Amino acid sequence: MEWLELAMTAVPVLMTGVGYTLLFAVSAMVLGLTLGFAVALLRIAQVPLLSQLAALYVSLMRGTPLLVQIFVIYYGLPSVGIEFEPVTAGILALTLNVAAYLSESLRGAMAGVERGQWDAALSLGLGWWPAVRFVIAPQAVRLAVPSLANSLISLIKDTSLVSVITVSELMMVTKDLIAQTFQPLPLYLMAAAIYWVLSALFEQVQQRVERHFGRAHAR
Amino acid sequence: MSMIEIKNVSKWYGDFQVLTDCTTDVKKGEVVVVCGPSGSGKSTLIKTVNALEPFQKGDIIVDGISVGDPKTDLPKLRARIGMVFQNFELFPHLSITENLTIAQQRVLGRSKDEAMQKGMHYLDRVGLKAQANKFPGQLSGGQQQRVAIARALAMDPIAMLFDEPTSALDPEMVNEVLDVMVELAHEGMTMMCVTHEMGFARKVANRVIFMDRGAIVEDCEKEEFFGNIDARSERARQFLSKILAH
Repeated sequence: MEWLELAMTAVPVLMTGVGYTLLFAVSAMVLGLTLGFAVALLRIAQVPLLSQLAALYVSLMRGTPLLVQIFVIYYGLPSVGIEFEPVTAGILALTLNVAAYLSESLRGAMAGVERGQWDAALSLGLGWWPAVRFVIAPQAVRLAVPSLANSLISLIKDTSLVSVITVSELMMVTKDLIAQTFQPLPLYLMAAAIYWVLSALFEQVQQRVERHFGRAHAR
Repeated sequence: MSMIEIKNVSKWYGDFQVLTDCTTDVKKGEVVVVCGPSGSGKSTLIKTVNALEPFQKGDIIVDGISVGDPKTDLPKLRARIGMVFQNFELFPHLSITENLTIAQQRVLGRSKDEAMQKGMHYLDRVGLKAQANKFPGQLSGGQQQRVAIARALAMDPIAMLFDEPTSALDPEMVNEVLDVMVELAHEGMTMMCVTHEMGFARKVANRVIFMDRGAIVEDCEKEEFFGNIDARSERARQFLSKILAH
């Protein structure tokens, strides 16, 4: 009964936090996939210098904690004159971080498309970019979906780290509620349940995408 | 008139030489069969013709255009040469009609209707009009290879390259592909075919090239090649005795 009452007051507040969490997750997904694809292309094309820079970027982003990256962007960069709003800083950090992982999934999948497919595309007169766009990438994305989905589900949960830069997303509002009500267990469990629901919804998206790309392979 | 002129082409992978001073030509309307043991460089040689494999020495002239010249617009040149691969290499994510039309539209700038019309014409010619809306994975190997031939023909190529087009096929499907190729040869298509199908070579080839260890060992008229086996080189005789034994 007590929990029910708590839920009645807590859920509307938590929902305001979910709004920010979704904003972070969706923005970083869209931007991260775009950046990740570009980085993967640079590495596949082996453009001198640029592909080495892309590799260094991936290594840095994967090799340092997201929390540290958020701190550097929000608290560190202002000392050299670069300041961001908390929301911008959060989206930027999450995007840069997830794009590194996504680019590796895409690069691996593109490298996994057989050489013969390149030969066939090129032999028909398609240039490098049309070959990637119409032949290689569509096949690579199909192979990459499970691995991309892994990173994107992690991203949904990683948005909780943005609470450290004063953005009132789900984790932050949960902590605020706990400070007012002194009810950590039910409130943290509610927050956990919401993250799980968001991730489960995303899994539905993943299934649809897999079905879409799998239709050519149905027997 | 030479359609494909291969002049002193050599190629290395690192220190390993895969092609050694290869010289031959394919005249307009001619059918040239390239055979030889595996690892002899025949697939590599045929892939140098449309620059899928780069080469370090020599040059190849296709319809007057140098393949080795860095200024050559390779996509444009490749669009004029059809190629058929051992493993078909249809695009598995695209339907048969999309496979037939994508390059026509994206490379030649044909309208969708025009590309469809052309694609269906050749699909009909290889006897697969009924399969138009399927995906490659739903077709047999022989059917896939015939679609691949139709896809190449739909680009109106000036010559066709075949890289072991029947090697990956189940035996009962070999003939349906060879039939299409024979018909093509009779129509006067310029063809360079890497194949071990000596029956095909006897039937339609003008010349037979035998390769061994990256070099062209024999290059002669079909009648000479098959008619006077004793005059062939030791390696060619060994090779022929192995594949003609049964």
